[in-house]
Amino acid sequence: MTDNRASSDAAATTQAEVTEEIQQIAKAYEGGRDGGPTDGVETQPRLDYPPYRSSVLRHPTKDLHHADPEGIELWSPVFGQADVDPLEADLTIQRRGEPVGERMVVTGRVLDGEGRPVRHQLVEIWQANAGGRYIHKRDQHPAAIDPNFTGVGRCLTDGDGGYRFTTIKPGPYPWKNHRNAWRPAHIHFSLFGREFTQRMVTQMYFPGDPLFALDPIFQAVVDPAARARLVATYDHDVTQHEWCTGYRWDIVLTGSHRTLMEEEVEA
Amino acid sequence: MSRTPGDSAVSRAATPGQTVGPFYGFALPYAGDHLLVPASHPDAVRLHGRVLDGAGDPVPDALLELWQADPAGRVPRATGSLRRDGYTFTGWGRCATDNEGRFSFTTLRPGAASDGAAPYFALTVFARGLLNRLFTRAYLPGEPSVLDADPLLSSVAPARRGTLVTRPDEHGFAFDVRLQGADETVFLAYPRH
Repeated sequence: MTDNRASSDAAATTQAEVTEEIQQIAKAYEGGRDGGPTDGVETQPRLDYPPYRSSVLRHPTKDLHHADPEGIELWSPVFGQADVDPLEADLTIQRRGEPVGERMVVTGRVLDGEGRPVRHQLVEIWQANAGGRYIHKRDQHPAAIDPNFTGVGRCLTDGDGGYRFTTIKPGPYPWKNHRNAWRPAHIHFSLFGREFTQRMVTQMYFPGDPLFALDPIFQAVVDPAARARLVATYDHDVTQHEWCTGYRWDIVLTGSHRTLMEEEVEA
Repeated sequence: MSRTPGDSAVSRAATPGQTVGPFYGFALPYAGDHLLVPASHPDAVRLHGRVLDGAGDPVPDALLELWQADPAGRVPRATGSLRRDGYTFTGWGRCATDNEGRFSFTTLRPGAASDGAAPYFALTVFARGLLNRLFTRAYLPGEPSVLDADPLLSSVAPARRGTLVTRPDEHGFAFDVRLQGADETVFLAYPRH
């Protein structure tokens, strides 16, 4: 395939060059931590992570301003049974036929920074199909669209903070960050906690993916232990006989600022 | 209810965030997401603007979420933001930007949550290329004395304070989100986050 784009085009960069950039940043992070205070661990992705080319013009350059949450920020919007049908947690029954691919259950708990279950809160997911294709007009990857799979699901956490989706294992897919860039298979998660400040969007990955080291979005979480928290665990007890494989993934939101009322903690 | 030993009072490190990517567009937006009240509501106001990158170009694949008090300053506790009944004010909305980076919410004017605080819309910003969500506030335009007395606004350098204040217009309020640059929006971090 001929590439006529200018060499300055990000998509003309090779994987080797991007991998080198990723490794340099990782080395600098590890070096900076040698003998340094252990609380220098970076628990979140870097907003400024040049190997992910789209981040270059889209990250704030000034420090985030510290604010004491007040008023509306101490609460989260409320979603209830009227908002979410329980059937929305099964992504394999949304169309007339069976979707193609490895049927799987992904389940786990949503906790806050103090280890308390985050109960009755909205969890939304979206993902590619088994061939790595999204149902989205901008996804022009020439893999088959599965007419029986939209890749979108919702549920509310239960009284123990638990969530559970039945879905199809997504495939990896190419993207245009650089030449031959492929995203590791992942499921996008959107989560609400009890407070506005706990809002999070993240991605769940699958254990042992060979694309991990090559992917600038996954690697933007520079701390290896923090990065590992994005990877689900295969759980044979979740796997079901003659039916599906099972993965477990717990999600920890940040701590809450408000003193929780009894009914919120124990309801 | 079963409880795993060690769950209580044990500090846990938060799961890292990741970008929403380019393909949230068929998952997160939904019909009526940006209409907290119908446009025909007698008190409907509009909060609208653009999301811009460091080159001043529009960000067509951003998503904003709005969370606000009601006109009396109360925090809504009603469900129904995903399936609106047209009557209940839930205080929450979501809007994806269009090809020009524009967003628009149809809502009610928020009231001040407490004495001495100026009323504001709380906003969360997501985008392709933005590796974690950002928080900010869009304050209603007001008397300088009111804005200057607000605990947050008064803690922001005067030169940047304006990035947190909406401009009044014909239908309500205009507010641009600038992700980067000289006039970058002030984004917020909260203690323990």
